[in-house]
Amino acid sequence: MAVAEPAQLDPMHQFAVQPIAHLFDIGGRGVYLTNSAVWMMIAGLLLWVFMLGGMKRQLVPGRWQMAVEGFTGFISSMMTANIGPEGRKYTPYIFSLFMFILFANIVGMIPLGLFGIHPFTATSHFTITGVLAILSFSIVLIVGFWKHKLHFFSLFVPHGTPLWLMPLIPPIEFVSFMVRPFSLGLRLFVAMTAGHVLLEVFSSFIIDSLHAGPALGVPISLASMALMVGISALELLVAGIQAYVFALLTSLYLNDAVNLH
Amino acid sequence: MPQIDQLSESWFAVSQLFWLAIVFGAVFFIIGLYMLPKVEATVDARDRKIAEDLASAKAARDAADGLEEDYRTGTNRARGDAQGLIGKAKDKAAVDTAKLVAKADAAIAEKMAAAEGAIATARSQALAEIEQVASDSASALVARLSGAKISASDASGAVKVALNHG
Repeated sequence: MAVAEPAQLDPMHQFAVQPIAHLFDIGGRGVYLTNSAVWMMIAGLLLWVFMLGGMKRQLVPGRWQMAVEGFTGFISSMMTANIGPEGRKYTPYIFSLFMFILFANIVGMIPLGLFGIHPFTATSHFTITGVLAILSFSIVLIVGFWKHKLHFFSLFVPHGTPLWLMPLIPPIEFVSFMVRPFSLGLRLFVAMTAGHVLLEVFSSFIIDSLHAGPALGVPISLASMALMVGISALELLVAGIQAYVFALLTSLYLNDAVNLH
Repeated sequence: MPQIDQLSESWFAVSQLFWLAIVFGAVFFIIGLYMLPKVEATVDARDRKIAEDLASAKAARDAADGLEEDYRTGTNRARGDAQGLIGKAKDKAAVDTAKLVAKADAAIAEKMAAAEGAIATARSQALAEIEQVASDSASALVARLSGAKISASDASGAVKVALNHG
């Protein structure tokens, strides 16, 4: 699985970040334009184009405007449901997060490989998801300490904890709190990676079995193809669900910060 | 796994972070902070407009209900007034009729009395004439039968007695 030797059927090769052009150096480390950067920009651009449909601001919305308003309404109602009226303040961040992850996930699913273009799923890298998770976690910490000062630590002592459990519950709560950014970032990265690996493995079944002759190759290829169609549909669902889970968990963590328990 | 393997390459993490910062920053500032509030404002404005329209429709319906109520009470009152007027007119007409009838009765009674009086005088005149004729014919009979001349007074006296007895 070494990146240095991109074997044709290596299912992990699709995750390799390919440098395209060297731009400049930061602290002795080169900053490159990469395929990851290009596909992130494409996702952002598509998102911008999509949002443009919501900027018509008609009283009676068309289909496109309805779609955009559906997304914004979905996130803002989630924020009010999880945090309360104060939650609307954080809607811009959660909405950006949700839409960016959603578009990055879906852009990576587009079968452009048919045309020789290889989409890159930026959200299959924990260098991306992890930073987003740390960003969310930092916002939770900043909001929590800003609003509640040191009272924020009462988050680790749930209401109604018996006194004899005091030595036990706060450390557990603390650990579960500190695990949040990891679970947040790893969940998205693992879900995206696993789905793409699965698709790649099944497609390699087709090629390998066809090498072994048509008697074996045709039935295996047909079965693999059928499975891939199903898995692709499932992956589209996962792309939406993982974006939703990331946004939902961030809003729940923000709720802890805004309202404590 | 390239995600882990490439961490050892010096450009990898810094490029990823750099581009994530650029793209997600742009998404946050352009889409989150600029576009999203506008879309939400549109939705809010629409919700407000719908609420206002519903409120004004409700007010209009209430007003219509009020007008209908006024109309109903108005017609009821008018009908009551009309009934009262009709009753009054009926009473007045009855009173007038009674007065007219009484007047007519009086006039008729007067005429009848006059007529009775005229009949009575005509009768008594007729009776007197009958007496005269009777006394004349009686004296004429007496003169034809007996040849005695009787005075008119005697004849009339005898006729009177006979008439009274007869």
